[in-house]
Parts: sequence; C-alpha cells; structure tokens
Amino acid sequence: MSNEASVHEQSYLGAPHGLASWLLTKDHKRIAILYLISITIFFAVGGTFAAMIRAELVTPQGDLLSSDLYNKVFTLHGVIMIFFFLIPSIPATLGNFLLPIMIGAKDLAFPRINLLSWYIYVIGATVTLAAVFNGGVDTGWTFYTPYSSMSSNTSVTTAALGVFITGFSSILTGFNFIVTLHRMRAPGMTWFRLPLFVWAQYATSLVMILGTPVVAITVLLVAAERALHLGIFDPKIGGDPVLFQHLFWFYSHPAVYIMILPAMGVVSELVAAMSRKQIFGYSFVAFSSLAIAIIGFLVWGHHLFVSSQSIYAGLVFSIITMMVAVPSAVKTFNWTATMYKGAISWESPTFWIFGFMGLFLVGGLTGLFLGAMGLDIHLTDTYFVVAHFHYIMVGGGVMGFLGGLHFWWPKMTGKMYNETAGKIAAMLVFFGFNATFFPQFIVGYMGMPRRYHAYPPEFQFFNVLSSAGAVLLGIGYTMIVIYLIYSLIKGPKAPANPWGATGLEWKIPSPPITHNFSEMPVVTEEAYDYQHAPAPQRGVK
Amino acid sequence: MSSTLPFFPPSASTVASDVDYLYFFILGVSAFFAVLVSVLVLVFAIKYRRNKPEDIGADIHGSLSLELLWTGIPFILAMVMFVWGAQVFFTLSKPPADSMDVFVVGKQWMWKVQHPEGVREINELHVPINRPVRLTMGSEDVIHDFFIPAFRVKMDVVPGKLTTMWFTATKAGEYHIFCAEYCGTKHSGMIGTVTAMEPQDYEAWLAGGRATGSAVQNGERLFSDLSCVTCHKADSTGRGPWLGGVFGSTVTLNDGRKVVADENYLRESIMNPQSKVVQGFQPIMPTFQGMVSEENLLQLIAYVKTLKPAEPAPAPAKK
Ligand code: HEC
Ligand SMILES: [Cu+2]
Ligand SMILES: [Cu+2]
Repeated sequence: MSNEASVHEQSYLGAPHGLASWLLTKDHKRIAILYLISITIFFAVGGTFAAMIRAELVTPQGDLLSSDLYNKVFTLHGVIMIFFFLIPSIPATLGNFLLPIMIGAKDLAFPRINLLSWYIYVIGATVTLAAVFNGGVDTGWTFYTPYSSMSSNTSVTTAALGVFITGFSSILTGFNFIVTLHRMRAPGMTWFRLPLFVWAQYATSLVMILGTPVVAITVLLVAAERALHLGIFDPKIGGDPVLFQHLFWFYSHPAVYIMILPAMGVVSELVAAMSRKQIFGYSFVAFSSLAIAIIGFLVWGHHLFVSSQSIYAGLVFSIITMMVAVPSAVKTFNWTATMYKGAISWESPTFWIFGFMGLFLVGGLTGLFLGAMGLDIHLTDTYFVVAHFHYIMVGGGVMGFLGGLHFWWPKMTGKMYNETAGKIAAMLVFFGFNATFFPQFIVGYMGMPRRYHAYPPEFQFFNVLSSAGAVLLGIGYTMIVIYLIYSLIKGPKAPANPWGATGLEWKIPSPPITHNFSEMPVVTEEAYDYQHAPAPQRGVK
Repeated sequence: MSSTLPFFPPSASTVASDVDYLYFFILGVSAFFAVLVSVLVLVFAIKYRRNKPEDIGADIHGSLSLELLWTGIPFILAMVMFVWGAQVFFTLSKPPADSMDVFVVGKQWMWKVQHPEGVREINELHVPINRPVRLTMGSEDVIHDFFIPAFRVKMDVVPGKLTTMWFTATKAGEYHIFCAEYCGTKHSGMIGTVTAMEPQDYEAWLAGGRATGSAVQNGERLFSDLSCVTCHKADSTGRGPWLGGVFGSTVTLNDGRKVVADENYLRESIMNPQSKVVQGFQPIMPTFQGMVSEENLLQLIAYVKTLKPAEPAPAPAKK
C-alpha cells in the first residue's frame, strides 16, 4: 500500500520501467507520449511523400515518377497526413496529456479506453500501410466515387478499411474527453474557469463523435460497393456518385475544425502566457469555438458548387460558410487585443504564435474567396484550394501544434530545449511555408488544376518556387526533431514553471507525478489570473 | 495562348471580368485585414516587450463594444461577398436562351465534342466569339470536370446525368481546357484547347470540317435503329406517348408527381425508364442502359427536342 503510493509520487516517466509498462500503461500522460511518437513517424512518412510530389513538379513534364505512382504518392500523402497525423495531432498528444491536469483530475474518465484508442489507431495505421505495400491506392484522400468504388484497380478496400478503423480511435478520444470534462473537474473548476485550450478540446470532441461515424460508414460503403456491387454510388448500377460527396464532406469539412480548433486553443493559452496578461474576451473566445464547431457542420456543400448540386442548396451552403468567418475573426482580434499592453517575452513559443497568426490569417481569409460561389467556380479543384487548406491545416494546425509542443515540452519531458534553435526553427518553418504555398495561390488563379502529374510550361516558375520553399520547410521540421531529442539527452532540467504561467499544470513538478497531483487541487480563481501570476523560473532572453 | 501578364490568366469571356472584379474586391478586403492584424501584432510585440521576467501586463479583461465591432464588421463584409458571389454564380448557371448548343462527352482520358452541325473533335473545341455557347456534358465512366480558366468557367461532368455550362468568348485565341476532377491515371493528360474564332472564321472552319451528319440527324437515325419509333409514334398509336413537345413541358407521372422534362429527364427516361413512368402508360419501355453510348444519348436527346407536338387527333368517326 505505502509502496504503491510512493510509486505514484514519482515522475510518470520514471516508474515503472520497461517497454511493457509503456505499452500497457493507463496513464494519460504516457499514452500521450505513445501518440506523440506515432504521429511523428507518420508525419515523417507523409512528409516523404510530399517531398516526392514537390520533386516531380519541379519540371512540367511528368518525368520523375510514372502517372500511376504519382497518383498514389499524393493519395498517400493526404491519407497519412490527415487521418494519421493531423486529426490525432493536438487532441491525442497535448490534449491527452493536459486535459486531465488542466481540470485538476488524476486521469481521463476511462483510462483503459484511452489506451484502446491508441491501439485502434495503430491497427488502422497498420492496415493502411498494408495498402501501401500492397500496390498503394490512387483515389486521392477524398475517395471520390465512382472512381474509387468501380474504376480504380488499386488497394482501395484496404485503405478504406484502415481509415474506417482509425475513425474509432478518434471517436473514443472525443467521448473520453467529453465525459471527463463533465464528470471530473476539480472543486471550484467551473466551466468558465476552464482554460480555453479545454474549451477548444470540448468543441473538437463534439465534432469527433458526431462526424467521424459518418465518414467511417461512408468509406465502408465504398468498400462494400467494390466488393459486392451494391449500387450505392455508381450510376451504372443505380447509385448516385454525388451522394458520396455529401456524405464524405459532412465529416471532412468539420474534420478541418478537428485540426484547427485545438490549435486555436493552444494559441489562446500561449498568447496569454507569453504576454502575462488575462486573455481578452474570454467568453467570446470560448463560445466562438463552439460556434465554429456547430456552424462547421452546416457548410459541407461548399465543396459541391460545381458538382451539379442544386443552386439553391449551394446558396444556403455559401451563406453559412461565410458566417464561419465571423467566429474565426473574433478569435484573431481577441488574441491581438490580448497582446495590447501585455508584457510580451520574446521566447520561442512567442515566435510560433507569430507564425500561427500570420499563416492562419492568410488561410482564413482565402477561405472567403472559396465561399463566394461565383469565384469558387473558377478556383475549386485548382492549386488555390491546395494552398488554402495547407495554410489552415499546416500553417494553422501544425504551427499551433508545434507552438504548444514548445510551450509544454518542459512540462512533458522535464527538459529544456535550446531557445535559439527553437526561434530559428520557427522562422525557418514560417518562411519556408510561405515560399512553398504562397506561389500556389497565384498558379491556382492562373488555372493550374490540383492532382496534375504534368502541367503546361507557363506554370513552372511558381512550381519551382514551391519546391524550393519545401526544402526550407523540410529543414525546419527536421531541425525541431533533432533539437528536441537532443534536449532529452543533454537539455537542462526544466523548472516547474519556466514561463511563469497560470494554470494547474504549472503548479505541479516537471515532469508531473503519475497521479498528477499529490493532493486534490481546489480552484479559487479565474483562468489567466496573471495579476497574481508567479514569476518565471528562468531568465527571459 | 494570348499574351497577358505572366501571373494572371487571360480574360477571354464575358463573365471573366465579373469573376475578376469579385476576386480583386475580396483580395483588397483580405489584404487590408492581413496587414492590419500583422502590423498590430508586431507593434504590440515590440512596444510591450517584457523588460523583467516577472513583469505582468495591464489588468484588462475585454470590451463588449470592441467585441461587437469585430463581430459586426466581418459579418457585414462576409455578407457582401456572399451576395456578390451568388450574383456571379447565377449569371454563370443560367445560359442565355439563344445559346448555341455543343455536346461534350468525357471519358477516361479524353474529351469528345460534337457541334450541332455534326462536326466532331477530340480534345479540341472551336467556338465563335461573341455568341453564347452552351455545353451539355455527360460522362461515360467516372466524374470529370470541364474547366476553361481563361473563361473562368468549370463544371463537373458526372456519370448518370447531364450537366451544362455556358460562356461567351470575347477574344479570339487559343486557351486551355483542363479536366479538373481527378479521374485516374492520365487525369493530367485529359487536357485540350478551346479555339475562339471570329464568326466568319468559325463558319469557314465548320464548312471544312468532316461533318458526319448533324446531331439531330444522327439522333433520328438512332431513333429508328433502336426501334424507339415502334412505340413512340406521331399518330399516338404506339404503346408509348408521342415525344413531340415533351421537352420543356410538365409531365404527370403515374404516382401523381409532376416533373419538368429537361435534358436530365429525357436522359433518365431512356436509361432508367422505370424510375419515372408517365401517367396513363404501362412501365414496358426497356432500358437502354449499356446499349447507347453517352454520345448517342446526347444525339437522341437533340432529336427528341426537335419533335413537334402531334396534331390534335381528328374526332373519332365511330358512333
Ligand atoms: C416497348 C416500347 C418502347 C420502346 C421500344 C421505347 N419506348 Fe420510350 N416509352 C415507352 C412507354 C410505354 C413510355 C411511357 C411510360 C414510361 O414513362 O416509362 C415511354 C416513355 C418515354 C419517354 C418519356 C416520355 C414522356 O412523355 O415523358 C421518353 C423520352 C422515351 N420513352 C424515349 C424513348 C427512346 C429515345 C426510345 C428508343 C431509344 C424509346 N423510348 C423506346 C415505350 C417504349
Ligand atoms: Cu469545407
Ligand atoms: Cu480528370
């Protein structure tokens, strides 16, 4: 008894030891680390496919890869990045790690289900990788029918099954988060004292549990049509190909919010902490997350403006799409206002916030171009769209993820990374990203369609720029992996609260003990009470 | 390709400038907000840079009037963009009544085009300038998308139905046609050229083309070859209804529904006759799915559209 208690007083990283203790862990923090390692591997795999795409597109002729191989490469890039990296990225790593701590709980409501979700993710990923080695899949990550269901002769069924399985891991995570938030908040932790990161996770979880089942069933129907010729999507046997697009985007548009909402939550935390100031308009930021999650479910038809959907349906989808711009603008202005009269430290998390703000602004604003129907006709299915969603999902989502990783790394690992390296990487990623994707807006308006293996020569200039930018971007990302791993080995020990931030996670040691808190915390103040915040335990450079 | 800015597509149709104006409007608004927020962030970061690690920011919690301001302004601007975008979209989806009809069939991986006079082309489309052209499009296999960047028009070509799009070219020249919906191996090879010509050049080109019978003539031939004519007779003695005047009319079905007979209705009546059965008739029409190609279908429809309503039958002489 006393023995067990002392084990739980130790760092979660230290006790118990051994691989089995990790693979069978029920500790949300260890599961977060398992996820972090898995998604990093998939980010590297997806990134390798991206590198192949950019290498091919340096010249207008499709001379490096065959058409079939190229089509498989961009499909796998999309499938892996979206389902195996972006969707789990923040929720399953930072969310898993922080959510219980931020609300003063020992763990999530269902620790075993949490572990199960990781195993499901791994199984789904393995099945998808099996499709890769079994000849690949060439439908695009969107699996549009009837190409996917009746025409493609690649491993569509296996890949669809992989996506189907993985879907359950995010359903379970979302479900676990929601129950935890309702049932396990510490005494005094009222809804309006929750950190905004938690609000964002709540909104994200709603999308996960409401949307994911739809896409899971949809890809399963594609597999069923391939195997049994059911006549769901293929008009030759009585199906409707556009039905697939409705079902698919019903999930996949909200999925964008699974990727961006958590990043917005991270930024809310970071802006307040790095400015050491109360967040501006707490309730507006919190409710805008919910508004985005809810309105986000009603806009899927903006992907179908040229699909032969009724023009009146199109009108409704267009006006609702335009409305999503409003809560996003509200957030951006509130973050900016938080910095006003703040005490802003120029440490590496701040650099990631700048990067996020810049890229998310461009990503969000270019969404307006695509929501305006008459303009979308010209822009849809071109590189303009490719640039737009990379700005949102990678510019916004991944910048937010990396910002959060830099902010909470000391807490998660107990080690400090090199500050200068952190700043240089943030700048490399920011400039590399812009160099890669900004030219795609221009070449998109010029008319270059997406998923083109070869293209007319007048588009070459912009493609060369893009590929050059991708090299910078690749260097930036690789650098991060190197200095973060180096910090684990050689980095100085992290203090409990290096940034002088508020929030329960900063009141416990770095890294936390297995049970997070040695005694039940009682919350008495609002979130971001920086007027009474402790001083950072490390000098500001 | 006609010469323009190296980073902007040629603008060669009546709607192109409408689309471009909308583009520049949204671009202007976006640039304003992007610059505004970036400058504020940088100015604050410099002006309020922390001196001592333990410094804290001012005790500000928010401001309702600011929240209303930055909810209201984006909302109004977004609605302006919506209305403007919808307006352009409506123009793009309503072909003028006097449009010239051209038929397009997409298949992996080529575009087949047929002019009303019967001239056919592959991966090419010749059109006269200053005259609205309406494309009626079908697909033989998967979804494709007919995209002409210089005209700012694009429309999916969907198997199992017909879709339409229209444009009026304004500048003679050659412009790209791209397939914009991913359709398999040679998707990026499913490209072609639109040649917009002075009307007299277009007439000359048509005359020199190898016409293989006009679409209507081909349709008429198919109508008898496929023995449609045995059931659909002008004197209404066949087992099916006479088809003259059906196009554009409102048809009452045997379940009481009323539908407007557009091209998609005609298409469905031929490919899947059981799905909508005309009131007063038995569902005996065979399906022609798999027997007529997408191209033949377009010809049949072109022919059916030309049929005239039957003369009112003379009063029966029987007593
Ligand atoms: C065996 C007789 C038969 C043949 C052959 C046949 N049809 Fe029909 N068709 C019918 C009947 C009966 C109906 C009305 C019931 C229904 O809607 O299915 C009909 C309905 C139609 C309609 C809808 C008419 C309306 O008033 O709405 C069209 C269009 C049509 N047929 C076209 C064709 C074409 C084109 C062909 C040849 C490719 C063809 N049919 C061959 C019997 C036939
Ligand atoms: Cu969307
Ligand atoms: Cu295509």
